[in-house]
Amino acid sequence: MSSVDLNARIPNNVDLKTDKKLQRALEKWLPCYQSWWGEVGPELAADKEVYLRTAVAVDKDGWAHFDYVKMPEYRWGILLADAVPDRKIGFGDHYGEPAWQEIPGEYRNMLRRIIVTQADTEPASVEQQRLLARTAPSLYDMRNLFQVNVEEGRHLWAMVYLLHGYFGRDGREEAEELLERRSGNADKPRILGAFNAPISDWVSFFMFTMFTDRDGKYQLLSLAESGFDPLSRTCRFMLTEEAHHMFVGETGVRRMVKRTCEVMKEFPDADPREHGAIDLATLQKYVNFWYSISLDLFGGEVSSNAADYFASGIKGRYREERQEDHLALEGCYVVPQLRDGKMVDVEVPLRNAMNEILRDSYVDDNQRGVDQWNKTLTQEGIDFKIELPHRRFNRQIGIYSDAEFDPKGNPLDAATWASRKDEWLPNEKDREYIDSLMKRVVEPGKIASWIAPPIRGINGNDFDFEYVRL
Amino acid sequence: MSPVGDRPISFETHPDRYRHWKLELDDYVARLTMDVRENEPLDEGYELKLNSYDLGVDIELADAVRRLRFEHPEIRVIVISSAKDRVFCAGANIKMLGSSTHGFKVNFCKFTNETRLAIEDASRSSGQHWICAATGTTAGGGYELALACDEILLIDDGSSAVSLPEVPLLGVLPGTGGLTRLVDKRLVRRDRADVFCTVAEGIKGKRALQWGLVDGIATKSKFEGLVKDRCDAALAQPAIEGRVDPGVALPALEPTVEDDSIAYRHVTVAIDRAGRKATLTIAGPDDDYPKTADEILEAGSDLWHLRAVRELDDALLRLRFSEPEVGLVLVKTTGDPGAVVRADHALHAANSWFSREVLLLVAEVLRRYDCTAKSFFALIEPGSAFAGTLVELALGADRAYALDDPDDAPSIRLSSLNAGALPMTHGLNRIQVRHLKHPEKAAELAAAAAMSRLPGDMGTSAAAEVQFDPESAEEAGIVTIAADEIDYEDEVRLAIEERVSLSPDALTGMEANLRFPGAETMETKIFGRLSAWQNWIFQRPNAVGERGALTVYGEPQRPSFQWSRT
Repeated sequence: MSSVDLNARIPNNVDLKTDKKLQRALEKWLPCYQSWWGEVGPELAADKEVYLRTAVAVDKDGWAHFDYVKMPEYRWGILLADAVPDRKIGFGDHYGEPAWQEIPGEYRNMLRRIIVTQADTEPASVEQQRLLARTAPSLYDMRNLFQVNVEEGRHLWAMVYLLHGYFGRDGREEAEELLERRSGNADKPRILGAFNAPISDWVSFFMFTMFTDRDGKYQLLSLAESGFDPLSRTCRFMLTEEAHHMFVGETGVRRMVKRTCEVMKEFPDADPREHGAIDLATLQKYVNFWYSISLDLFGGEVSSNAADYFASGIKGRYREERQEDHLALEGCYVVPQLRDGKMVDVEVPLRNAMNEILRDSYVDDNQRGVDQWNKTLTQEGIDFKIELPHRRFNRQIGIYSDAEFDPKGNPLDAATWASRKDEWLPNEKDREYIDSLMKRVVEPGKIASWIAPPIRGINGNDFDFEYVRL
Repeated sequence: MSPVGDRPISFETHPDRYRHWKLELDDYVARLTMDVRENEPLDEGYELKLNSYDLGVDIELADAVRRLRFEHPEIRVIVISSAKDRVFCAGANIKMLGSSTHGFKVNFCKFTNETRLAIEDASRSSGQHWICAATGTTAGGGYELALACDEILLIDDGSSAVSLPEVPLLGVLPGTGGLTRLVDKRLVRRDRADVFCTVAEGIKGKRALQWGLVDGIATKSKFEGLVKDRCDAALAQPAIEGRVDPGVALPALEPTVEDDSIAYRHVTVAIDRAGRKATLTIAGPDDDYPKTADEILEAGSDLWHLRAVRELDDALLRLRFSEPEVGLVLVKTTGDPGAVVRADHALHAANSWFSREVLLLVAEVLRRYDCTAKSFFALIEPGSAFAGTLVELALGADRAYALDDPDDAPSIRLSSLNAGALPMTHGLNRIQVRHLKHPEKAAELAAAAAMSRLPGDMGTSAAAEVQFDPESAEEAGIVTIAADEIDYEDEVRLAIEERVSLSPDALTGMEANLRFPGAETMETKIFGRLSAWQNWIFQRPNAVGERGALTVYGEPQRPSFQWSRT
């Protein structure tokens, strides 16, 4: 196992001190990063001590070290999962060749594009979430928010390490630009559309960490398969952190569902909104919205880029080792497409369908989370099921973006869509109501009206632990 | 799916019918906005995603360029932009190229090249300044379109880039002038151009500006302001006098198209597919050609010169695209040679915006004639009117045969327009090209031709006429072979039979080499160097073989190259 140099200015397990050039480059980037954090990092948190997890090693015991930290002093570092000895490329045209420790020139630009696109989402989400501390429903949630934020920051470091370490001047310029773009800024927007809308309420935050961060998880899983070994190792370690974000999202929604059930049982004849809870129909609408825009992040169903990435050995499938055919040159994948108002099965060469194949894994994984929510509903004795809408619903990217579909995936004409979409997606009134709930509760052990406390706290502590010293 | 290139194509359109462009006029500024309809390609089998273009899209662009010059002379700035979000233009549609026949691909590229050259001609000669306002991805043919403009403005949003990804992505060249304009027009350093042309994702923002790939960058909120500033700066330049509204409308030509013939008002084409040849005949003007600038403007689109060259233009395009196996075109003229010369002189003397615009179009169409990959034999026979403008067809042909009939010899005459008003792509006129070894002879002929338009008091009208019979025309470099009535018919028949028996590929190469001796310009480099290499690459396994880059683009496999270099 590689040891983490914790005393270095930039904690790392990549033996940074022996690579002076890279060390200097990253040390030059550090103050830029810090000033970016100061400018658009989480509000209300600069001088507060937060009970945060810091990775001190990459093995099972080391990556979850808890202590109070002021966020600007957080030990962001560069941590790669341990190298797999003699690792071979697991798929594509280079299947079976030794994994690359340096970037092959022919794939340099392709890799840079992938890394920059992935990297850009990390600071973007910090920016999107920066105002949420104002309306935290509890200290526990505020801490979780901050934990998510610092880890997104660390993920940015991980990607910037790759840019600085392997892409020369271009990489350094890209690293600078990662700090120059701003979520929602018309002049310097973040690369992906979904990362340019602010997340201004906690319902959206939980949905984002449930659905959008899960896209991140699957992107990282597919990049963890990469033939470019440093990228693979970086992503493998990031995945351990990403799991927490999904935990925040999945349990956050589950706690909202639980709270609503409690109110419904206590006041069976009343609208839960009258008692400060969020009615299940509205939660369903938020699910519909966030799930559908997160599906877009996987890209087009039929994609030559995806085929190229797979062929080049840069981006594989989820758990490639479980696949039998790692070349994916034979065989097709059936993608239903809308033709003259009817869905028709169209066969797509397997490699061109890689986005859709990854999306399949993502859909299944979400369903497991939704099942947990429905288990809560059943346990509480409420007759309601939260459902994931069909993947064709409300899409802006890909082959379904040109037409409208209902949540079951049936094609709709534009007029029907226009008249019904408020039933399926949060409307103005729903958003107003959610906004009206967003009031800050920061007394240890207290919680807002619309969400239940967690079953247990962080690192064996209780819910009323002082997670943030305000 | 039928391979692209099998269907008859109409080159006529009108802004009212544009499917892919929007043309809006506001005082002196026109906005030409690209909004390609994905589901309306010219042929089936591909979608025009991301403002990618096919011939249908480019026919509309070519129409807009021409109409702006004739119908809207008052327009001094044209802003070309995109209605699509985050993309200006992704270039020629790859699927379309991949499914096209070789001949169609070559002719498609030639046509798009000619359209871009027409943009530059409008800028150079018609006082119309073209600004490309690129608000997103400007890739491949999209950047080549931008390169044809006078100025390129690129949005600085951290992701929009200009690029020429053909080499790294498709294994072919940016063949619509991209490579040439980069170093010959924009004078980008060639080492940087080398880097730029191998980075598939292109170059954005500050570096694009620094390397001279674009002329201005601005963030989204400041971009329209930058465009307006550049428009204002262009409008502050002195305007060409007399270019005022209204212009001259260009109505549809609407030829009568039969299976083996196309008939226009002045031009007819008779196609002999079995003989792999066609006969193109142009009738000269009647004697009622208008005399003054005002009358010429009044004649408008009915003016003989304008109408005849538009017809010739359309006929050439139809021959190129629809008659690939017609390898030889026999060029004939009919009418009164004196009337052509008088019409030329009236047009030349008018010196109005309209007369100049007509001359520019005559020159442009003659260049299209020079660049058509078919053999041209001019047949100068009794009753023909190879004079002035129409002599250019004989001078531009690969050979000219004249029937030297002592009783009824055709008269070949020059007008002042032959003295340099109708330059070829390399800047020389066709008389100069005939006398490269004896430039003094070309100068003498040109001087005489120029003099011929001066009024009678400078010399007698008869003395001023530059007139040849077949034999002296051979001497003057206009006629290749003057044959008497006994030999002529056989001479021509043998020449035709021999010509259509030769390898069409070799002939295309031979003609392209022999037609343009002398100087080189950016234009000749595009047609002679860039297109020639492109057409070679288009045939090579590394592009179009089973695992060629163009073949597998968008397919699951990556290309596999044969590594030997020639």
